[in-house]
Amino acid sequence: MKDSTLTHGINLDALGRDSTASQLEDEQLALEVKNLNLFYGDSQALYDINMVVPQNRVTAFIGPSGCGKSTLLRCFNRMNDLVDGCRINGEITLHGDDIYSKAVNVASLRRRVGMVFQKPNPFPKSVYENVAYGLRIMGINDKRRLDEAVEKALKGAALWDEMKDRLDDNALGMSGGQQQRLVIARAIAIEPEVLLLDEPASALDPISTLKIEELIYELKENYTIIIVTHNMQQAARVSDYTAFLYMGKMIEYADTNTLFTNPNEKQTEDYITGRYG
Amino acid sequence: MEKADIGHHISQQFNQELEDVRNLVLQMGGIVEQQLVDAVQALTTMDTTLAEVVVTNDYKINRLEVEIDEECTHILARRQPAASDLRLLMAIIKTITDLERIGDEAERIGRMALKFSEGESKDTKALVGIGHMGELVRHMLHDSLDAFARMDAEAAAQIGRKDLKVDQEYENILRQLMTYMMEDPRSIPRVIGVMWSARALERIGDRARNICEYVIYLVKGKDVRHISFEQVEKDARDHNNNNQS
Repeated sequence: MKDSTLTHGINLDALGRDSTASQLEDEQLALEVKNLNLFYGDSQALYDINMVVPQNRVTAFIGPSGCGKSTLLRCFNRMNDLVDGCRINGEITLHGDDIYSKAVNVASLRRRVGMVFQKPNPFPKSVYENVAYGLRIMGINDKRRLDEAVEKALKGAALWDEMKDRLDDNALGMSGGQQQRLVIARAIAIEPEVLLLDEPASALDPISTLKIEELIYELKENYTIIIVTHNMQQAARVSDYTAFLYMGKMIEYADTNTLFTNPNEKQTEDYITGRYG
Repeated sequence: MEKADIGHHISQQFNQELEDVRNLVLQMGGIVEQQLVDAVQALTTMDTTLAEVVVTNDYKINRLEVEIDEECTHILARRQPAASDLRLLMAIIKTITDLERIGDEAERIGRMALKFSEGESKDTKALVGIGHMGELVRHMLHDSLDAFARMDAEAAAQIGRKDLKVDQEYENILRQLMTYMMEDPRSIPRVIGVMWSARALERIGDRARNICEYVIYLVKGKDVRHISFEQVEKDARDHNNNNQS
């Protein structure tokens, strides 16, 4: 070994990089992805994805448009099932249960894995009914239980103080930022285990964006969150772990601090520093 | 991170900003190095004029420090740099602090030279070691700035060895000066002045070593400050064991 006995220089060989694995090892896992390949017809959109998603943490997917990050996100609640010609092989387990097994009821999977989209999509109903919607579908119609659940969900989405006197207002009259938090409230009303956020703040102004980010931070106490974002600074601000995808491949997956200060892969470096590779 | 990488951002403006601030650091390094050379020469040759130049030139270094700090703040605020860009700025901010202090040490030596030349004794016997130590330190500083300019972590890691030599030289000078003081107590005030100058050179060596540590951080992404040599060696062993298992 070069300079192993060096006493007064700095030994570069000794500079082992702190491995992400050792940090992920200490985490409880919510989701595990093994050898996932996804095809849209003849074209392959995801290649050999292997990753674990730790519980009660925020995991961010970043990458250029078309890199497969939304596609990967949609695998976790089988939204890709709705796409014609979409084939998936490999395995995804949610707390040990294979979510692509034939025995799985997709509706109940989606109760465990909620999703929020880029554009807020409240129903043209009252604030209250929007939040209570999922519960009513689950067969809960007891007024007192619904009241409780709606209040809890709106508080969870940091919307209660603003909306508690306007529960009967039409949700479409709310601001974009409020609507997005309402949609998050609707998603958490049925108490899922995992929350998938697909560009949740990209249509919002900076203040609403910060509110959503603050909300994400609070929500991770109770939920496992996966967020897809084009905004790298947002990924850096809100997430604990970050995965960089490029052309359907997972190039690097590391704790967020490491990925944004000292990424392992040149492609990651080029992307997050705004270089052309 | 390669040096050429600075120029590969999609934003040309960002390339330019990083290149500019980096050039300012190199410019500042050049001035500091010259100040050091002049200060040592002024002291060893009792050159009053040169000593005055050293003392008055320190403001240039201070001004550059402020300017570079400001540039870095602007880039941080406007670009939110990440990864190697972020490490480059952190390394620059730390490097210029050390450069400014090196400038102060050079100024201190310059003032000492002025004081000596005002004194009656023109005896340069006590100054013999200073010239040699000054040369060692200048090489060390030059090499660390070179490692910074070329972003060469390997070279930076080697510079620690030179600091050891500087420390040894400092010890030698101290021993020598003690003999002078014992031989002739009247020389004590003067010898103490030389001692302070040697001390200033020793500190410059330490600060040049700091700059090397920032270069390693910049290139390798690993903070090597405050790591004992024993720890580094232990890490090296652990690293190898992991590889074998």
